[in-house]
Amino acid sequence: MMNDFAGAFRQAFGLIVTADAELLQIIGLSLQVTLSAVAIAAMIGLPIGALLAVSRFTGRGVVIVLMNAAMGLPPVVVGLTLYMLFSQAGPLAVLSLLYTPAAMIIAQTVLVTPIIIALTRMTIASLMLEHGETLLAMRASASQRIITLLIEARPALITALLAGMGRALAEVGAVMIVGGNINHATRVMTTAIALETSRGELALALALGIILLGLSLSINAAAMLLRPKDIGLVHAH
Amino acid sequence: MHTSAKVLTFPPHAPVVETAVAITNLHISDGPTAILQGIDLTLSSGGITGLIGPNGAGKSVLLRSIAGLLTPNRGQVCVATELGAPAMVFQKPVLLRRSVKANLIHALKIAGVPRHQRAGRLAEILVMTQLTTHAEAPARRLSGGEQQRLAFGRALAADPGLLLLDEPTASLDPASTAAIEVLIKQTAARGVKVILVTHDQAQARRLCDDIAFLHHGRILEQGPAQQVLTTPQTQTAQTYLDGALLL
Repeated sequence: MMNDFAGAFRQAFGLIVTADAELLQIIGLSLQVTLSAVAIAAMIGLPIGALLAVSRFTGRGVVIVLMNAAMGLPPVVVGLTLYMLFSQAGPLAVLSLLYTPAAMIIAQTVLVTPIIIALTRMTIASLMLEHGETLLAMRASASQRIITLLIEARPALITALLAGMGRALAEVGAVMIVGGNINHATRVMTTAIALETSRGELALALALGIILLGLSLSINAAAMLLRPKDIGLVHAH
Repeated sequence: MHTSAKVLTFPPHAPVVETAVAITNLHISDGPTAILQGIDLTLSSGGITGLIGPNGAGKSVLLRSIAGLLTPNRGQVCVATELGAPAMVFQKPVLLRRSVKANLIHALKIAGVPRHQRAGRLAEILVMTQLTTHAEAPARRLSGGEQQRLAFGRALAADPGLLLLDEPTASLDPASTAAIEVLIKQTAARGVKVILVTHDQAQARRLCDDIAFLHHGRILEQGPAQQVLTTPQTQTAQTYLDGALLL
């Protein structure tokens, strides 16, 4: 058994070192789906999170609670819901999205957007305490305040995007359901690992696992490097 | 207490004669606690008006209500339309995590200064605040005095006719205080109406043309600085000016 594992590791490193075509194709699709999902989630989540932080309206508390709760959405439930929407009997069947990368992007967007909204809201709310009165005294409009604070919060927001990316990249349940794990079409790293492991083909699963771990480490390292550095005292008193 | 950025201004048809700020029967409370209790105050254009009084007198709240940052529970604050929106400098400057120059450009943009005029205005403010050599430095790495000069310059970006200063030198050393006082005098000399909240009687004596003395949310004295500081009409003001503790 130990020899089998050692052999699998050797083969896995072989696949990585030789830049195996199938391996690269799966990694490429994973990154394409994840980066697209995070980009869309950022476009939705950053302004909504900032708006929730700077505005006051009836029901704001309920929206915040729902968004926070949505951070813990079970991926399989998201996958199932989207499957029902996109399947032949579903209301969005006409879009023919089921078992396509587009459906996987939508699934990951649904999972990542609440994370970005919640982290953005918390970051901007904290900055509002600090800058709010000054910006009001400067007569900054609501949109000017939001843009100023989003720029001010850039390092923290990049960390939020990386957190979303980490979740999207590691996600398996939802993309398996709506993507179908079709070879050369919708197979991404996580679904490929699940399939290859169940088939006892450990080499490709291990190679993908190593790459996934490497990406996860890189994302965390980037998040740490992008944290606000020593940018001076808030007040030099 | 409600917060709002709205500033009431004289309606266009109302006659404005030499009056910068007119406050009538201003009441502001924070929950059950009354902070300002029926302030009536008329301030003429130009010059430096000092708001003095012990902690909790309501000076800063009065200043914030003139700035439009607080909405009165009762009464009205009117700022002459000709002066434009008031600009404000707080005791503790909150600067963006950008360079000195970027902070000022941001303020110029928000003030609606056209792009082609920004470079000129930026240079002018940098010279005035003596921050030209620090233009590229991160704003938050400046000393306390430099940060306050930058906050002062940022307030001038909108070219205000009314400048509100909330204890701008309270946390500064004498040299930094002197630099800010020079800026205040220069600004007033350009015709900008300045309202200065200060605890420092010597500073009030150095800078102010007229003074309002507040205590427990009411104005107890108002008049020329020399008169209020040397011959106050109320025992409370006399006690405060004598340096005794006002409870």
